[in-house]
Amino acid sequence: MTANQIMFILFSVMIVTFSILTVTSRKILRAAVYLLFVLVSTSGLYFMLNYQFLAAIQLTLYAGGIVVLIIFSILLTSHISQKFESIEWKKSFFTALAVIGGAIVTIVTILDHRFAASKQAAAEVNMRFIGKSLLWTGFEGYALPFEVISVLLIAAMVAAIVIAKKSGPSGSDSQTLKK
Amino acid sequence: MNTGIPIQYFLILATIMFFTGIYGFLTRRNLITILMSTELILNSVNINFMAFNRYLFPHKLDGMFFSLFIIAVAAAEAAVAISIIINIYRRFTTINVEDVDEMKY
Repeated sequence: MTANQIMFILFSVMIVTFSILTVTSRKILRAAVYLLFVLVSTSGLYFMLNYQFLAAIQLTLYAGGIVVLIIFSILLTSHISQKFESIEWKKSFFTALAVIGGAIVTIVTILDHRFAASKQAAAEVNMRFIGKSLLWTGFEGYALPFEVISVLLIAAMVAAIVIAKKSGPSGSDSQTLKK
Repeated sequence: MNTGIPIQYFLILATIMFFTGIYGFLTRRNLITILMSTELILNSVNINFMAFNRYLFPHKLDGMFFSLFIIAVAAAEAAVAISIIINIYRRFTTINVEDVDEMKY
């Protein structure tokens, strides 16, 4: 067994265990921390696949940004020690049945298919090439999705500010509702 | 490179992660945990993209760029979702999906 395989087994065991714990843990803050572990092990997989840039993005944006955002909103909306009531077994059982059925169908399809591994030499992933491709409008350039993403980000930012604003100039419903 | 790890292992791992996310999405009753389940789903799709790119088309970088865009979309989605969740909490003082059933402004 090579070191690569050992690392892959380690990462996959971590991912599977912590993703199951994320969706079953009854304490919400713990669920968020388990999600953090899942995301960090996923970035380990990206490092194994030799995509260092994307692994770094995964670490900073997902593990650094989104998880911190989620933890902040947890602290704003619920008590840390609060436990969820356990879901009724009937619902949990039938959902698990459906999910396992779907997973088995997908895995059988994956194992059935012959993937033709490419023999071509791997492209070198350096920052210069990534930056050029992101702004290139010709063949294999990503200028259009890049612009779409930038518009989406600014729209999301404006939307987040508008929605989370305390109350509008005319509407004070949120205050009256609490009273 | 990745000697001894077939592409199927990556795909099976992503499948398990995806369906775990679906399970959480269907059974959870708290908005933030539902959001966390969607993050799991998006992340498993990213693993698929990267494995396909590395094993089947190593001379291109399409999978990497699309994972990049998915991560950006996930970040935007999380920001908007959390602002909505905080607004819901202000109005209803709960973020349980079963108690939030009215849209009246």
